[in-house]
Amino acid sequence: MGSDPLFANGLNLAVWLILLGKVLVIFLIVLLSVLFMVMYERKAVAYLGVRYGPNRAGPKGWLQSLADGTKLLFKEAFTPRNADKAVYKAAPYLMLVPIMVAFSIVPIGGRITIAHHTTELQLADPQWGILFLLMTSGLAVYGVILAGWASGSKYPLLGSVRASAQMVSYEAVLGLTTATVVLVTGSLSTSTIVAAQSGHWSFVHWNLIHTAVIPFILFSIAITAEMTRAPFDLVEAEEELSGGYNLEYSSIDFAWFYLAEYAALVTNSAIIVTLWFGGPNGPTIDGHSVGPLWFTVKVLVVLYIFVWIRATLPRFRYDQLMDLGWKRLIPASLIMLMVVAGFQATSTSGGNGAGHWLAQREWGLAAVGGAFVLGALLWRAIDVGRQASEVEEARESRLSLERES
Amino acid sequence: MLAALLADSSGQALAHASAWAVFAVGAAMILTGALGVVLLRNPVHCALMLVITLFGIALEFIDQSADFLAAVQIIVYAGAVVILFLFVIMFLGVDRKEAISAEPTRFQRPLAVLLGVVALVEILALSRIDHWSAGTPSQSGALSGPGSNVQKLGQAIYTGYLLPFEMTAALLVIAVVAAVVLSRRHQPSASEMSELDQEELLSARRFTPPDQGDQS
Repeated sequence: MGSDPLFANGLNLAVWLILLGKVLVIFLIVLLSVLFMVMYERKAVAYLGVRYGPNRAGPKGWLQSLADGTKLLFKEAFTPRNADKAVYKAAPYLMLVPIMVAFSIVPIGGRITIAHHTTELQLADPQWGILFLLMTSGLAVYGVILAGWASGSKYPLLGSVRASAQMVSYEAVLGLTTATVVLVTGSLSTSTIVAAQSGHWSFVHWNLIHTAVIPFILFSIAITAEMTRAPFDLVEAEEELSGGYNLEYSSIDFAWFYLAEYAALVTNSAIIVTLWFGGPNGPTIDGHSVGPLWFTVKVLVVLYIFVWIRATLPRFRYDQLMDLGWKRLIPASLIMLMVVAGFQATSTSGGNGAGHWLAQREWGLAAVGGAFVLGALLWRAIDVGRQASEVEEARESRLSLERES
Repeated sequence: MLAALLADSSGQALAHASAWAVFAVGAAMILTGALGVVLLRNPVHCALMLVITLFGIALEFIDQSADFLAAVQIIVYAGAVVILFLFVIMFLGVDRKEAISAEPTRFQRPLAVLLGVVALVEILALSRIDHWSAGTPSQSGALSGPGSNVQKLGQAIYTGYLLPFEMTAALLVIAVVAAVVLSRRHQPSASEMSELDQEELLSARRFTPPDQGDQS
């Protein structure tokens, strides 16, 4: 445990109780944010699809997820005859626990004093925080793969085998892009990573800029695949697998899977904010630092982007998914790791705060990286537009031919 | 009791108790998992028991301030290797209870017992003779001085032990490439085939509906 002043005087019972309280608070934060997130996503998707979305339960439908959850609780908990009982029952928890635990290393910002004990708003700050993150994302595979296998039927098994291959493949990208953050920060601890991104004109010091934007894009793609979220949600492709790994689950067990999925979304958004967007850093209001507020705002923006992506992009085909992972993302993240390492090694300014920010070479690298990303997006947009106009032309020429004949 | 613990501001007793508890839990996990791997019949259950053992070992690593080793233990072994085990077990469909009454090799069981006893005696003897397994956590005092565990390990690997480290990396890459080369059969592409072969391949791929006339 690093810098948390809670442990300055060693362990005693009061410290233990405060720790226990922090565990409970983190648990509640994740649970409540899931309730919120389910509605946030449905509202946002409805808005993007020009629909009303759920608007019956509670004020403007905001209690819908609570109603759905209660309904799930009262359904029959069914266990298939072929199921491997113990593993079948354990799988939802195996999926939920790593995700819940991952939130414990996220710094929410600032310190709080309870009964003469000052403590960070962060459950645990191990010096190897990033490794802890990779650890939990590696363990999240177990829930999916075991749920599919223990159900004792073919479709869930197919879904889980897909999931395991997908998650293991994209973990490499996750590790390599996180390594660029570690390179520019020089620490594995999440609180140090956040501290290194603070400063006047906060966003200039974000790792997003320091690592030249591209690793962040790769990281986001990889973490979307790691969560098996759209457009990489082949694990639960209802057209092919009629539901995927959680097909045989019902009632509370199914609710755990649903909970885990959204908890993963919230936790990973929080981790993205921590790694790339300076965590709770931001301007002070009336001289008070309002870390948790900035943290929440940033997480909400990242969550919205995830929903936006889900509402926009169609699902990948399985071979496209594997090609993207192994042939594009892994080489790209390796190259970016080398580029950032080269810049760090030759940088004479010695990292943050030395000289004017425009004079720093990281800024130039960030400009090149950002321009590259924007250029690629623009090229893609032009390409899509051209294809659409070609289709249109072909249709018109066919129509005119039909009219002539 | 509670008041005494609250008043104990230095927290020596509690710290000592929690350190002991961590060791006990880790040891129990290692032993339970190891026994489970050997005794359970279902290969998937065995793999899961192996994960419990790996977790126990990671816990003991943390107890010995080897944070990096603990994390890598989980990321590599539990997060990738056992997942691959499971993948293969499920893919090959060997996930049913095995009949272990039939011995694949003669003398396997007596030999296993003998080797196990020899290994146990060796370990116990060595632990009596030297301090390497039951002595101080680290003889060179790992976590003295500034810098975290990861920092020290990184410096050691990339300065003093650079050559062994790079050689290990090269070995692993060679192993991966060799596995790919050995296991992957060369499939001729269409341009390399004669026209006759292409025809044959196409007709073999063509879907022929099963003859349903005979059934009635």
